[in-house]
Amino acid sequence: MRMILYILRRSVTMILTLLAISALVFIVIKLPPGDFLSNQIAELRSQGDPSAVAKAEFLRTQYGLDRPVWEQYLIWIGAWPGPNGFSGLLQGDWGWSFEFQRPVNDVVGGALGLTLLVNIAVVIFVHVVAIPIALYSATRQYSWGDYAATLLGYLGLATPNFLLALILLFYLNRWFGISIGGMMDPRFDQEPMSMAKLQSIGSHLIAPVIVIGLGGTAAMIRRMRANLLDELQKQYTITARAKGMKPVPALVKYPFRMALNPFVADIGNLLPHLISGSVLVSLVLSLPTVGPVLLQALKQQDQFLAGFILMFVAVLTVVGMLLSDLLLAAIDPRIRFGRRRG
Amino acid sequence: MPEALEPLVRIRDLAVDFDGDAGLVHAVRGVSFDLHAGRTLAVVGESGSGKSVTANAMLRLLPKRGRIVNGSILFRDPEGGGTIDIAGLDAASEKMRQLRGARIAMIFQEPMTSLSPLHTVGDQVTEALRIHDAVPMAEAQKRAMAVFERVGFRDPKRMLDTYPFELSGGMRQRAMIAMALICRPALLIADEPTTALDVTTQAQILALIKELQAETQMAVLLITHDLGVVANMADDVVVMYRGQVMERGGLADIFRRPEHPYLKALMKAVPHFDMKQDERLTPLREIRIDAAAAAAAAHCGREPIQHGRTVLAVTGVTKTFTLRSGGLLGEPQQVSALSNVNLTLRAGETLGLVGESGSGKTTLSKVIMRAMAPNCGQVCFDDGGGPRDVFKLKGPDLKDFRRAVQFVFQDPFSSLDPRMTVYDILAEPLRIHRVGNEDQRFQRVKDLLELVGLDQRSMRRYPHSFSGGQRQRIGLARALALNPAVILCDEPTSALDVSVQAQILNLLKDLQKALGLSYLFVSHNLAVVDYMANDIAVMCRGVIVEQAPRETLFRSPKHPYTQALLAAVPSPDLDHPLDFARLTRGGFSNPADWPEPFRIVPGETRPEMAEVEPEHFLALARPCAPAHPEPMRAAS
Repeated sequence: MRMILYILRRSVTMILTLLAISALVFIVIKLPPGDFLSNQIAELRSQGDPSAVAKAEFLRTQYGLDRPVWEQYLIWIGAWPGPNGFSGLLQGDWGWSFEFQRPVNDVVGGALGLTLLVNIAVVIFVHVVAIPIALYSATRQYSWGDYAATLLGYLGLATPNFLLALILLFYLNRWFGISIGGMMDPRFDQEPMSMAKLQSIGSHLIAPVIVIGLGGTAAMIRRMRANLLDELQKQYTITARAKGMKPVPALVKYPFRMALNPFVADIGNLLPHLISGSVLVSLVLSLPTVGPVLLQALKQQDQFLAGFILMFVAVLTVVGMLLSDLLLAAIDPRIRFGRRRG
Repeated sequence: MPEALEPLVRIRDLAVDFDGDAGLVHAVRGVSFDLHAGRTLAVVGESGSGKSVTANAMLRLLPKRGRIVNGSILFRDPEGGGTIDIAGLDAASEKMRQLRGARIAMIFQEPMTSLSPLHTVGDQVTEALRIHDAVPMAEAQKRAMAVFERVGFRDPKRMLDTYPFELSGGMRQRAMIAMALICRPALLIADEPTTALDVTTQAQILALIKELQAETQMAVLLITHDLGVVANMADDVVVMYRGQVMERGGLADIFRRPEHPYLKALMKAVPHFDMKQDERLTPLREIRIDAAAAAAAAHCGREPIQHGRTVLAVTGVTKTFTLRSGGLLGEPQQVSALSNVNLTLRAGETLGLVGESGSGKTTLSKVIMRAMAPNCGQVCFDDGGGPRDVFKLKGPDLKDFRRAVQFVFQDPFSSLDPRMTVYDILAEPLRIHRVGNEDQRFQRVKDLLELVGLDQRSMRRYPHSFSGGQRQRIGLARALALNPAVILCDEPTSALDVSVQAQILNLLKDLQKALGLSYLFVSHNLAVVDYMANDIAVMCRGVIVEQAPRETLFRSPKHPYTQALLAAVPSPDLDHPLDFARLTRGGFSNPADWPEPFRIVPGETRPEMAEVEPEHFLALARPCAPAHPEPMRAAS
C-alpha cells in the first residue's frame, strides 16, 4: 500500500518534470532564428521556384509554424487545437519530419527499438565485465593483476571510442573479412524477424557494444574498486572474516553489497548518457540508432523530429530514476525504513 | 584449580611486524602470556601498545601489511583435537577458518560498524552457526532465538528480522555478543567492547559477559584501556606498552602492588572520585605553561571578567525537534531535546554537564553558541558590560560574542583541516576577525603555541604529523586565539588515551587559572567532570535532573538517575566493585520509571527545579497545569 502510494506520488512528479522538460526542449530548438521550412522557403525563393514555395507555405500553415511560439508548443504537446484539432505528443502523434518528409513515427520507430537494444546490451556488458575485474582488483590491491586492470582501465578511459570503432572496423574486415558496420546483414533489412536475422543482429551487436561500453567499463572498474577498497576496511568486513566465512562469500555478501549502492543510484543516468555519448560511434559504424538521426535533426532544425527524440531520452531518464530509486529501496533497508521512521 | 590445568591458550615470544610507509614497525615484540578456561585476562594499554594487534594475530586477522615473525600461539581446544599452533597456520587455510567464529570468537568496539546495516540481525547471527555446522535454517533460527533471549532481547523472534540500525548501541553490542556466542566458542576476544557505550549500558554489557562466562566456562580476553573495567572484570592482567608486556599477574597483585613505573604512572593519571579538593593528576608527560606566555596572552585585548560574576545564564530553554514522520499522511513527530533548562556559568569557574548519549548535551551547547535557536527561553551573556540576550545580538555585538565564546571539539582528528598548516589554523580566527597585521598575528600564534606547550617549529607542519593529544592542544590554542571569556569543551578528552587525557585536563586547569577562563565542560565521563568542574549538572532526556557543587553532587547524590550513573562507573579501586545485580535491572534513563517524587510522565507531570539544600537543585515532578498544556509534551 505504502509502495503504491509512493509510486503514484512519484508518477505525478515525473509527469510535471516531463512537462517542464518538454517546454525547455522546445525553447532550445526554437532558439536559433527561423525554422526548417522558412529556411527552405528562402532557398527556394532564391532559386525562383514558385510552386515549391507555395507548397512550403502550405506546409507552414499545415503544421502551424506561422503561429506564435507558445501556441506551437501547446499544439506540439497536444494541449491546443492545431490545424488538425488536438493532435500532439499526448495523443500519440509525434509530428512530421520535414527533412525526411515522413511522419516522425516512421523515421525513428525502428531506430528506437534498436537503440534500446544496443544500450541495454551495453549496460549489461559494462556490469558483467567491470564487476568481476573490480572485485579482483580491490581484493588484490597493488598486485600485478591489479596494475594490469588499472592500466587497461586508463587506456579504456583515454581512448576515444569512435577511434576504436574505426580501428575495429578496419582490422576486423582486413583480418577476418567480417563487416561489422550496420545493425545486421543488409540482406535481412526488409525481411521479417527470423532466427537467421536474430543471429545476424547478435553478431553485429558485439563490436558496437564493446566500443560503446569500453569507456563506461573502465570508469566503473575504477569507481567500483575505490568503493570496495573503502568497504574492505570497514569493521563489518572483519566481523565476517572473524566469523569464519570463506573469502568469496564474505566479499560478495558484505562489502560488495555496500559498494553497489552508488551504481544502482546511477542507473537512471546511464541510458541517456549512453545515447548521447554513442552518436559518433553510431555514425562510424553506421548503426541505425537514434543518435545520428538526432544530430541531423538538430542541425536542420527539423523541430518535431528533434523534439521527439529529446523527449524520448527525457522519458528514459525519468523512468530510469524511478527504477533506480525503487531498486535502491529494495536492496537497502536503511532507505526502506528511513521513509517510515523519518 | 584452573591454574593447575594446562592453559587454553599459551602465547610465547609473539612478534608481529608491520610494513609501514616509514619502514618496518615492530608492533608486538616478544609477548608471552597464558589464557585459562573460565577466566578473564585483561590486556591493558594505550593506543599503539600492540594490544589489538596481539588479539588480531590470535585470529590471524592481521591487515595485509602485518605478519607474525616469531613465536607461537598454542591453542588447546577443550573439545579435543589436540593443540594447534595458530601462529604456524596459514591465515587463509581451512583449519584457521574453522577456528574463527567457532572456537575463538571476537567482538569489537564499535557495535554499529561491526554489523552490516544491509542484513538482518537474524541473518548475521545464524550465519556464524551455518558456516560451521551444517544446520538447517529453521534449526539455526531456533538456536539464534535462544541466544537472543540469553543476551537479554525481550522479543527474540522479532530480532530475527530486525536490522542493526533499528537498535541502540547497547542492543547492537548484545547482538554482536549473540553472534559471537552462538557457536559456543572456547575463547571470546572482546576488543574494547564497551568503550563506545554509555556507562549504564557498559555496566550491563560487562555483567552479561560475566554471566555468560560463568555459564559456558569460556575464556575471555578483554582488551581495554579503562582500568576501572579491568578492576571489575579481570582475573589476570597483562599490561602492554609499545609492543611489550610490562607487567603481568593476578588482578589483586597488579592493582595493589603495581611494580612497573609505567603502570604506576598510568594509575596516577586516571581521575577518580576519591581525589582531594586540590589533588592534581600526574600525566606521564606534564605540560607546564609558561608564565611569560600566559601573561602575554592575558594582556592581549580583553580585560578579565571579575571572578565569580555570572558570564553565561541559561534560563528556561526549551527545544523540540520535529521529526519527519513516516508515511504520506502521518503526523510529524515532536521530540523534546531540552525542556526548561536553567544553568549559570560564573567567571573563572567550570560548569560540568554530564549526560549519556541523547541526553541533549550537544543541543544545549549549540543553543549557547547560538548555532541553534531554542523554542523558548533565554541565553544571557555578560562580558562585564551587563547581561545581554544572545539571540538579540546583532552586527558588531554579535561578532564580539562570537569572539568571546569559543569551542573545543571532541574529535581532534576531524576538527582540524588536514590541508592547513598549524599556523594557518591558528591565524585563521585572527584573520576572520581582522585582528592585528601579519607580524602581530605571527607573534600571537607563537605565543599561543607556547601557551599549550607546543614547539614553535610546529607552525609549518600539518595536523597529520601530530598525535591525538597534540592535535587537541592545537584545537585548544585555536579556541584561545581570540582571547575568549568562555570555552565550551564538548567531550574534549574522550578520544584520547588516559595519560594524554590527564595532560589535557591539567592544561585546561592551568589555562583557566592563568587567563581567567570559564568552561562549560560537557562529558559523559563522571570522574573527568568531577576532576574539572566546580558545579555539576546532570542531564537526562533533555532535563537537568540534578545540579550542585562538585563536592555535594557526587558525594551525596539525591536523584535516582544520578545515583544510577554513579553506581555504573567502574572504579579502578578493587574495594569498590560494581554492583552488577543492581545495574542489570536497567530503566534508569526513562523518566517514567523513576520513583516518586521524580517520576515524569509526559502529559501528566513536568520537571521543576527545587533547591533542596543550599545550591543543590533537584528536578521534582510537578503536575502539568491543565490550562496551559505544553504543546511539545502533548505531542511527544
